[in-house]
Amino acid sequence: MPYTVNGNTIETDEEGYLMDLSLWTQDIAAAIAAAENVDMTDEHWQVVNFLREYYNEYQIAPAIRVLTKAMKEKFGAEKGNNKYLYDLFPYGPAKQACKIAGLPKPTGCV
Amino acid sequence: MSEEPVFDTQGVVRKFMFVNRKAPYGTIYALEILESVLISAAFEQDISVAFLDDGVFQIKKGHDPKDLGMKNFSPTYRALGGYDIEKLYVEKESMEARGLGPDDFVVKVQVVPAAELSKLMAEQDVLITG
Repeated sequence: MPYTVNGNTIETDEEGYLMDLSLWTQDIAAAIAAAENVDMTDEHWQVVNFLREYYNEYQIAPAIRVLTKAMKEKFGAEKGNNKYLYDLFPYGPAKQACKIAGLPKPTGCV
Repeated sequence: MSEEPVFDTQGVVRKFMFVNRKAPYGTIYALEILESVLISAAFEQDISVAFLDDGVFQIKKGHDPKDLGMKNFSPTYRALGGYDIEKLYVEKESMEARGLGPDDFVVKVQVVPAAELSKLMAEQDVLITG
């Protein structure tokens, strides 16, 4: 299911994850979010940007348990918990937010 | 035929050790073991990871595999702490034979002599080598 953003076609795998992570832009993120029926707010962007920072540092997309722990350390308990993240990304924060962030599917996502 | 479920693992914590013996690039072993370690963390088992022989190079600082067309996955070893995997062992003899020391690694490790590592291996329920 390729995305068309600003006239460019962006290839994805069969689950909608970007084939070439280096192509990611905020516009592409917005297009993926629209396809996922996620209405991006500042809180959504904060998670997406946090995931991209995590990926830059460790070269993997974190498992949900690891994401919540890392979010808790950086933003506090009110954001570092499952409920907060599932409210933002109902189909799974790790899967849905990673897809919007242009990351691969989380390792250890079974 | 037993009616017992094959995977009745509820509440059972087993000791797993992943043993890395090969250089990081050139084969897929190192990356596959690393992914297995990350996946195993989801099951709340007692995980440890050992590096010996050329496996010690997997966590050496300064990987640059661009020209091999491979991704540098060594930063991922630094994510293991976030996955609560904190028992990382390097075999002393392998490390010294390759002119390396504890400061040459991207993660904090316990350096253990071969004899001690073999004792640790004997204590495991499951050993997975690559």
